[in-house]
Amino acid sequence: MGVGIQVQDLNAWYGSTHTLQDINLHIPANHATALIGPSGCGKSTFVRCLNRMHETNPIARATGVVKMGELDIYKDASPVEIRRRIGMVFQRPNPFPTMSIYDNVASGLKLNGFRNRRIIDETVERSLKQAALWEEVKDDLKKKSGASLSGGQQQRMCIARALAVDPEVLLMDEPASALDPVSTSKIEDLIFQLKSQYTIVIVTHNMQQAARVAENTGFFLNGKMVEFDSTHKIFTNPRDKRTEDYITGRFG
Amino acid sequence: MSRAEDHSTTLDRMTADHNVNSDSSTPPALIVSHFVQEPAPGTPQAPPPEPSEIRRFLSQRGSGAFADNSFAGVILLCACSIFAIVIFIAAILIKSSHLSIAQFGLKFFSTSDWDPVSGQFGALPFIFGTLATSFLALLIAVPLALGVAVFISELCPRPLRAPISFLTELLAAIPSVVYGLWAVFVLVPLMRDQLGPFLVKYFGWTHLFEGANFGVGLLTAGIILAIMILPIISSITRDIMLSVPNHQREAVLALGATRWEMIRTGVLRNARIGIVGAVILGLGRALGETMAVTMVIGNHAEIAHSLFAPGNTLASVIANEFSEATGDLYLSSLIEIGLALFLVTIIVNAIARLLVWAVTRGAPARVS
Amino acid sequence: MSSTPMLPPRPPIDFDTPVMRFHRSRRKVTNIVVSGLAILATVIVIAPLVAILVYLLYKGASSLNFNFFTKIPAPVGEEGGGMANSIVGSGIILVLASLMGIPIGIAAGVYLSEFGRGKFLANAIRFTADVLNGVPSIVMGIAIYSLIVMRQKHFSAFAGGVALAIMMVPTITRTTEEMLSTVPHAIREAALGLGVPKWRTVLSVSLRTASPGIITGCMLAFARVAGETAPLLFTAFGNQFWSVKLNEPIGALPLQIYVYAISPYDEWHRLAWAGSLVLIVMIMVSVTLVRVFASRGALKGGN
Repeated sequence: MGVGIQVQDLNAWYGSTHTLQDINLHIPANHATALIGPSGCGKSTFVRCLNRMHETNPIARATGVVKMGELDIYKDASPVEIRRRIGMVFQRPNPFPTMSIYDNVASGLKLNGFRNRRIIDETVERSLKQAALWEEVKDDLKKKSGASLSGGQQQRMCIARALAVDPEVLLMDEPASALDPVSTSKIEDLIFQLKSQYTIVIVTHNMQQAARVAENTGFFLNGKMVEFDSTHKIFTNPRDKRTEDYITGRFG
Repeated sequence: MSRAEDHSTTLDRMTADHNVNSDSSTPPALIVSHFVQEPAPGTPQAPPPEPSEIRRFLSQRGSGAFADNSFAGVILLCACSIFAIVIFIAAILIKSSHLSIAQFGLKFFSTSDWDPVSGQFGALPFIFGTLATSFLALLIAVPLALGVAVFISELCPRPLRAPISFLTELLAAIPSVVYGLWAVFVLVPLMRDQLGPFLVKYFGWTHLFEGANFGVGLLTAGIILAIMILPIISSITRDIMLSVPNHQREAVLALGATRWEMIRTGVLRNARIGIVGAVILGLGRALGETMAVTMVIGNHAEIAHSLFAPGNTLASVIANEFSEATGDLYLSSLIEIGLALFLVTIIVNAIARLLVWAVTRGAPARVS
Repeated sequence: MSSTPMLPPRPPIDFDTPVMRFHRSRRKVTNIVVSGLAILATVIVIAPLVAILVYLLYKGASSLNFNFFTKIPAPVGEEGGGMANSIVGSGIILVLASLMGIPIGIAAGVYLSEFGRGKFLANAIRFTADVLNGVPSIVMGIAIYSLIVMRQKHFSAFAGGVALAIMMVPTITRTTEEMLSTVPHAIREAALGLGVPKWRTVLSVSLRTASPGIITGCMLAFARVAGETAPLLFTAFGNQFWSVKLNEPIGALPLQIYVYAISPYDEWHRLAWAGSLVLIVMIMVSVTLVRVFASRGALKGGN
């Protein structure tokens, strides 16, 4: 089961650039939340702050409170613990090139010291099924390198890899932006299936995608969150003029 | 299509797009839901597929902060050991040569008496020998290395490129002592019987080729050094030339230049600082090269004006006399020579690296 | 269209005047001459290599026999004898050097690439490593002599190992760093995003992905120090007899070649050639293996 995320006064910097300014929002559990906005508006930075990937860059820094359920992720736990509970799927598929498909999916467990082979086997199968990849790869799980799959398959494998550690929240940073339309629609179907079990945050610059998969949508502009509301409302009757301009394609 | 469309129309179009693209049985694409702040209590939710063993296990794994910090510490220690090594070499050399430093001071490098029996030590002949052989080596090696680099990077037919660069790199893999062995038994007789007389006959007027020619001496050492530093100069030069972007070449060729004009203006001019760096790196190697030089230079502590005369370099005098050095002052003088060699090569290499860096830093940025 | 008067058409350039023709043929000749010179230079450079290799093969192979690998050196004046002790001694020194040099070198490379990006300290270390790489090997020899041999009052295999280890470190550090920097950053993020601790990410993801290149670097460093003589002159010193003790002078192939090469005896010259052949074959086999290995084992399908 997923948990909700509460964000209060989140600010983030890259070097001296203030990339996120005073973000406040609540991401509900077991629903998909989309974040839209033009390139460089801070939406990627925002999700990277949610699982503390932001701070892997030595010049990056963040302040504010992010709560996952009751847990303050910047105070009560280490980044490593947080990232095990908040999975992430990146913009470009990033399989481990030296590992087989099986090892790729199992990597989150194996590299974290999980040894029970039976459970690992089960988990790999379950995750690949959840990611709708099982049928395509089940015959050469351990023979083929993860990097030998097609781009769309790689991305679904990366989703399976993120699901294998059984996270409570799944962050997706433009998961379909590097993929063709068919792969994109597969990924979207997947998000649709998964959101009953996980809290999903999806960053996208594709408004149709947001409309298709998410219940709530937030609009980011220049490091600020302009508007956050139900997807339907954002797309049909936005409160803010800037949101309206963006939705209708008047800029960006 | 008009930008000022009605919002709901836009949304309809999105939905339609999706249905066209998607070939699977997707649930209704448009979510007409209310703004969800908390999970609606009535929503039916699928039970999690696994009563999570994994989640329990992972939550019990600690933060790993201790392991991470110790790992970073060990790694940092190893990295700093490189500093330690350099500082340490300098310190130990200074300490072991203090006797000679105290006795002779700076005069050590400006006097040419090297007489272990009477306890007089001056390093000038060795400095001369080192400079003379290294200069000769550069004189021979640089034009050849440039030629090879130009050939490999610009002229060579593609299938030949790999084998030729492989061969030149193979030259770099041959140990110094084997070059020495070859020089003793092939190059020295060649110098004595063919090349030497030839040089005397045609270039005797320069007064550089006078006196008895035994085959060993400064010139032979210079030639073997040239052979040894060729690969390093040519391979670095080649890399630098290859890093000149292709559009520079195309721009010059497009103006109707011949291939040589393209190489001269498009490649060499862009690569010149890097090439100087490569040459200086080769110089650094030549200054410190020991075994092959020791075997053919003749080992004689004197400043001669003939290239046939035997000499000695900083490195070869250490190799020759170190294990026989009797007396603390003798040993300490030899170590001071080592110290001088250390400092000179460090300076030469630092200059060369800075030059090479200055060129290659602009090369494709690394992913990070 | 517009009312502005057009410029008068430029007369076409005549490329066929005598001056132009002369220039063109001069440029062509220069081009050919310079190309010829470059080819000539390549031939001149390849020639000594071929000469050395052919001569070495001829001399070495004719002197090589079974005894060379099984016997220790014979006293002056006696026929026969081999370099068995030196081959073993070289092996021991090199293993010692690798045990010390490779871990330190790799660790330092990991620091430069994974921990030190952009830090002043990392730049300083990188620069120092490059400079250390250029320090003459004989200087390494006398430094270790002053440090270990003078203290212990005797030469030792251990001292030789330390000297060679120091020479291996900078090469390995720089190759490791370079190879790690070819590992896409996205792969590290993938591991970190799964909650894998940094140390585990470095070991199991970054290093593992870069391992073919790093192994290449280690082998090249190994091949380079395998032929080193100067640092062993006053550390391992050489030994005419069997010795495998780390605390005693020990024979080494390059040292023995040197001693025999500058000796006045034909029999010893013969052995020096045989020794050189063995040494070179060992080095070249490892370098060639590494080349094949490296070109095949590169990242498969990474971004």
